[in-house]
Amino acid sequence: MRHHLILRVITKMLVGTIFLFALYVQFHGDYSPGGGFQAGVIMASGFIIYGLIFSLEKLQLVFPPWLVHKLLALGVLLYAGTGIYSLLGGYAYLDYTALSPHHPEHGQHLGILIVEAGVGITVTGVMVAIYYAFAARTPIINDEEW
Amino acid sequence: MAGDALNHASMTLTEQLPILQVLVPFVAAPLIVFIGSRALAWPIAFASSVASFVIASLLLGQVINGDVISYHIGGWAPPLGIEYRVDATNAFVLLLISGISSVVLPFARASLSVELPPRKHTLFYALFTLCLTGLLGVVITGDAFNVFVFLEISSLSTYVLIAQGASRDKRALSSAYNYLIMGTIGATFFVIGIGFLYMTTGTLNMADLAVRLEGQGNNRTVQAAFAFIVVGIGLKAAIYPLHFWLPNAYTFAPSVVTAFLAATATKMAIYVLLRFMFTVFQPAFVDGGITLEVIILPFAIMAMFAASLSAIFQRDLKRMLAYSSVAQIGYMLLGITFLSETGLMATIVHLFNHGITKAALFMGVGCYVMQAGGGFYSQLSGAGKTMPWTSAAVVVAALSLVGIPGTAGFISKWLLIEAALDRGWWFVALLVVASSLLAVIYVWRLIEALYLGQPAEGATTQEVPLGMLVPLWIMAGACVYFGFDTDITLSASRSAAQGLLSGSVAVH
Repeated sequence: MRHHLILRVITKMLVGTIFLFALYVQFHGDYSPGGGFQAGVIMASGFIIYGLIFSLEKLQLVFPPWLVHKLLALGVLLYAGTGIYSLLGGYAYLDYTALSPHHPEHGQHLGILIVEAGVGITVTGVMVAIYYAFAARTPIINDEEW
Repeated sequence: MAGDALNHASMTLTEQLPILQVLVPFVAAPLIVFIGSRALAWPIAFASSVASFVIASLLLGQVINGDVISYHIGGWAPPLGIEYRVDATNAFVLLLISGISSVVLPFARASLSVELPPRKHTLFYALFTLCLTGLLGVVITGDAFNVFVFLEISSLSTYVLIAQGASRDKRALSSAYNYLIMGTIGATFFVIGIGFLYMTTGTLNMADLAVRLEGQGNNRTVQAAFAFIVVGIGLKAAIYPLHFWLPNAYTFAPSVVTAFLAATATKMAIYVLLRFMFTVFQPAFVDGGITLEVIILPFAIMAMFAASLSAIFQRDLKRMLAYSSVAQIGYMLLGITFLSETGLMATIVHLFNHGITKAALFMGVGCYVMQAGGGFYSQLSGAGKTMPWTSAAVVVAALSLVGIPGTAGFISKWLLIEAALDRGWWFVALLVVASSLLAVIYVWRLIEALYLGQPAEGATTQEVPLGMLVPLWIMAGACVYFGFDTDITLSASRSAAQGLLSGSVAVH
């Protein structure tokens, strides 16, 4: 892609904006359409376009595969952890009231925010991991392997 | 609002048990990936499995008398919120699933060292616990859509687990793919059925569905939903003509995976079938239709014979056992068709007994794969002498498969025949006995290879390490134990059968 000057310049301009937009969708999920799933996919698309234009190796310098694996597990742990926090407070699993017992509405707010953050992290991780799995695949299967 | 919070009564640990049942393995899976340490992966997986086994025992203790526990996720009351609902039926299946995984995991440690490259072990255990989570979740939940979600969790991890056999035989990939296609069709049919039910009733909670479906027996949408759900779950349960994915998947998966899945995954599907037939659609609805006698009964009998015949002609022990699993599912379906308490007891007891029997047998195959390099009868020749302890355990479990008195398999076949005679279907009772004779033939072929064959010249086959023998013998011992002490199995299944047949949906 070295000679595609326009693609490279536009991508450099867009990647930051894509990340910003992902964060906007993430944090406005509880007011307007959006949330962790959409934000995660948008965030991942920012990484993927960088990988497509500037090569997989450069992307993996920024976002190494081990980090991707950690993140996709971390998101689920964050989600489940919120539920466990409510358990420890003596509430039902994922009862957000536990996050702010004296102002249940605040608790609901905070709860959905944390849980959606977990979803967003995991979806980003999974999308990038799928991209890595395909892009880093050895192309040909040797005859001996069958 | 502030006042409400102050008056909040804390839930005790006992009240939290239903969620912990699923939560413990569910958290273990990402934790294994997050820590990413090969040394810690197995201990975490094993600890979570044992914890969920303890929880399942505690739950069964609470509900064995016919009580029902209802747990509201997020504090949202059903039918709007998701409800976990534990009664004797599903507590018994929970106990089976978590028990099998707790025995299979120690076996996995030694068995995987030869069947899977070390760098894949960490993720293998993560997938295993995820699969366990899915299976437990399907069984414990009281929400029809939640069943689908957990079904997908368990299925997706199952496909990958089966594909892990590719490091020994590349055909594992195509059989995993085949299962993926069939399983996805099954799951889609299931969710279409749920969609129809939601369209008719506007609810997804099973107890609420049951109330709203009453008197809707003539509604075409409801009938279509029933058909879609039975066929969808039928694919997952490998009911006779829908079983084509099963022999290959079981044959090419790593032995531990086969041992775990054969003992749990199809059993979970049979449980879902029971739950939908009897709790969501009431027994009256099922009885009024032609499903049982015209569709399920013939297929059950065909499974008993056709699959047993296929099993006789196999040359690979693992494949033989896979076909025998299809036949055994026939017995479980047969129990349902009697629509009587004894019949359902037979189904539920057989679900449990066959689970432990098949776990023992497939673990035995794992031992042979490790020491003899495979499970073909030619490779097993004379293994009774070179691997006496493994072979003895395999024979005990194989006798239970046939249903010899004194083993677990006998109890369930006895109940099945009793139910057939109660119903006046003496011919069906004869067929059960006749198909058991087919089982004698395929088991005899195994025993012949093990004890009458001669070890190959210069073979250096020896006994497997203790880490594999102990789990194998625990399961083989269970086959005998539950053949004599039928207290737990019979009382749990009686309570479960009564609950299912009464169609009781006492909403709290």
